[in-house]
Amino acid sequence: MRVVIAKPGLDGHDRGAKVIARALRDGGHDVIYTGLRKTPSDIVRIVNDEDAEVLGISTLSGAHDSLIPKICDGLREGEMGNVIVFAGGIIPDRDLELLYKSGVRAVFGPGTPTSEVLGFLSEALQRKKANVPIGVGDDLGWHWN
Amino acid sequence: MALELSNISELLELAKSGDRRSLSRLLSELAESDKTTVPRPDSIWTLGVTGPPGSGKSTLIGRLAKHWVDRGESVAILALDPTSPISGGSFLADRIRMEGSDLGERVFVRSIASGNNPGGISPQIWPMCYSLALCGWTRIVIETVGTGQSEFRIAALADRLLLVDGPDRGDIIQAEKAGIIELADVIAVNKSDHPGAALAAQEIRNSLKLSDGDQREVLLVSALEGSGIEKLVDAIESCESNDGRNIIVTREMLISEWDSLLVSHPEIDQTIVKLSNNSITIEEAINSLMKSILHGRLQND
Repeated sequence: MRVVIAKPGLDGHDRGAKVIARALRDGGHDVIYTGLRKTPSDIVRIVNDEDAEVLGISTLSGAHDSLIPKICDGLREGEMGNVIVFAGGIIPDRDLELLYKSGVRAVFGPGTPTSEVLGFLSEALQRKKANVPIGVGDDLGWHWN
Repeated sequence: MALELSNISELLELAKSGDRRSLSRLLSELAESDKTTVPRPDSIWTLGVTGPPGSGKSTLIGRLAKHWVDRGESVAILALDPTSPISGGSFLADRIRMEGSDLGERVFVRSIASGNNPGGISPQIWPMCYSLALCGWTRIVIETVGTGQSEFRIAALADRLLLVDGPDRGDIIQAEKAGIIELADVIAVNKSDHPGAALAAQEIRNSLKLSDGDQREVLLVSALEGSGIEKLVDAIESCESNDGRNIIVTREMLISEWDSLLVSHPEIDQTIVKLSNNSITIEEAINSLMKSILHGRLQND
């Protein structure tokens, strides 16, 4: 699948994003990395221009509760409701529900084996093929973890 | 999921009306399907950018894009990166070097995995470029994967070709070798902020002088610091399409189509296995592949 890995906001730590990008490449996906410090609207435009099927958002700054919903809204407004969104980084448990409600389908914290992220993507692809809700604009409810 | 032909033309109409979502979807459809075509636009401006890995192609393209946008142009960039021969996946990171490319709506960047296409260029790049031109993108830049000396295919694609080299290109004999340097319209030595860049540029100039009447300029630029960009843009804008190139370009188009027939052949993998364990000869392999390519063609017609 075509996957955009994005780093939103004022957060300069991208080791995690690069580890995920490499793991997905080795899993046979085409991975596009945005680079650091992108705004939500930059990220929405990149997902559009690259026609990505999946967006992975990495954030360690604590601003996930404001940035991630903005990106998800932008995707829905831009007719990209079929894009599958997952997140990773430092995200406290108490914020998970908020992200799921925004349309995020999986959240991966520190220590997640990369095989789990690949597992999520293959499950996501199967749901997409079966026309079961999985995109950011589809019915919410199902999430990976 | 190839769309019906009518959907392709619907997408094209929507994209021409300025709908960026439709343009992006159209490019994906064109990238996937080898049967669809798009009419050639009346006017199209394309630049190929090639050069060794790490010479600064992406960063330089970011600078050029910014310059063009300031002059009122709309810039589309097709950035090719290699596909892993092991996993089939790719890590497409050209766009992070193009600092200017995320500045606004007037720049469109699409990353493309080179797949297993010879020369890193898929024949489907043509309809993609045509669509971009039809949709009002006035400067279309195709960035190749970091190339070696024999990657000519990009020359077939673009109306003009920029070769980007670095200061650490090895000894002068590299410049004497035949190859892409003969086809480039403009040659830029990047990283002029590094020692050795001026010397590298001079070595290339000396090498070009050995051919009679070679008037091509070798420009020193620094994509990092932004120096020399204005002169480079002028050189790119003023290079005229060269009639002598037409035959090279046409030749490369034909070879590119032919190669893609070969690598997309359903029996290519098993043929390679048979060849590698010596159960058939090269000649037998070619005969068998050619026969079924011709057979497939005849059936399609």
